[in-house]
Amino acid sequence: MAFNYEKWLRPGKLPHIWCPGCGHGIVMKGLIRAFETLQLKKEDTALVSGIGCASRLPGYIDCCTLHTAHGRAAAFATGVKMAKPEMNVILVGGDGDGTAIGGNHFIHACRRNIDMTYIILNNYIYGMTGGQFSPCTPTGHKASTTPYGNPDPGFDIAKLAIGAGATFVARGTAFHANQIDKLIVEAIQHKGFSVVEILDDCPTTYGRRNKYKSVIEMMNRLKEVAVPVKAAEKMTAEQLQGKVLTGVLYKEEKAHYTDEYAKVIERAQAAK
Amino acid sequence: MEKKLPKIEIIEKYCKGCHICVEFCPTKVLEMQGFVAAVKNLEACIKCMQCELRCPDFAIKVITE
Repeated sequence: MAFNYEKWLRPGKLPHIWCPGCGHGIVMKGLIRAFETLQLKKEDTALVSGIGCASRLPGYIDCCTLHTAHGRAAAFATGVKMAKPEMNVILVGGDGDGTAIGGNHFIHACRRNIDMTYIILNNYIYGMTGGQFSPCTPTGHKASTTPYGNPDPGFDIAKLAIGAGATFVARGTAFHANQIDKLIVEAIQHKGFSVVEILDDCPTTYGRRNKYKSVIEMMNRLKEVAVPVKAAEKMTAEQLQGKVLTGVLYKEEKAHYTDEYAKVIERAQAAK
Repeated sequence: MEKKLPKIEIIEKYCKGCHICVEFCPTKVLEMQGFVAAVKNLEACIKCMQCELRCPDFAIKVITE
């Protein structure tokens, strides 16, 4: 049976602003399916975003939403979580918003292990502002500000999150649409800071500068590079060259900030 | 027994013509008619829902029952 997305969409907002073939819409559908699977209540769910193409996502979804300053989604979301610890706080943003402009907030949210879920839609570029290179643009690839190829190595968001202290890290792609909602469900259920990186395509500002002829070619690339974690165990280092692991990459049960802060409040009140 | 066919609803107002549904349908049920997707061969549909799942624009619904 066709899935009823309308329940979670603000009426009259479609069609959305994303370009033809942009995978952000596929991720938004995955997010709605995850909300439905978890039977979340609209009044108990906060969707927080910064600025960018991906950050437009909360505008379409009918729940508590917050569209904040560029890169500051994690800071605002921390405020929401501290004020209302019972709320499910989900952050959405792009790679530039999350790892460059909001890099500081991102690593510290990971370090605190605050009980939130960060969905990073990695399309390797700053799409909305005109195709400037982001920290995730691969070496040698072109952007509007690197017309002769990007000399920098790109960030591995998953490794960055694990290194900074996030306790749940997963990766999916916009091509593997039926995996997206499963990863998001697991991430929301996890107590602690969860990061879900979704590899995405940007046919308008990234694809046409890097000789991708069509959306289909970009989608096929996502299909080719993705290797599930379990399949990768049986593969050699040579076979894994140029591939990207998908699935749940890291999971750890650890004390999380919201609980720890509640204990601080208790101690402070007892000391009075 | 006659095969029960689904109803594939395409909301033309939402379709941006990205070709994803046409290209990744395993049985080639869909085709492009101008700038929007359209059903070409409904008989071949195996109700895998991949078009509905992958449409970034909320433009396809596969109604099976």
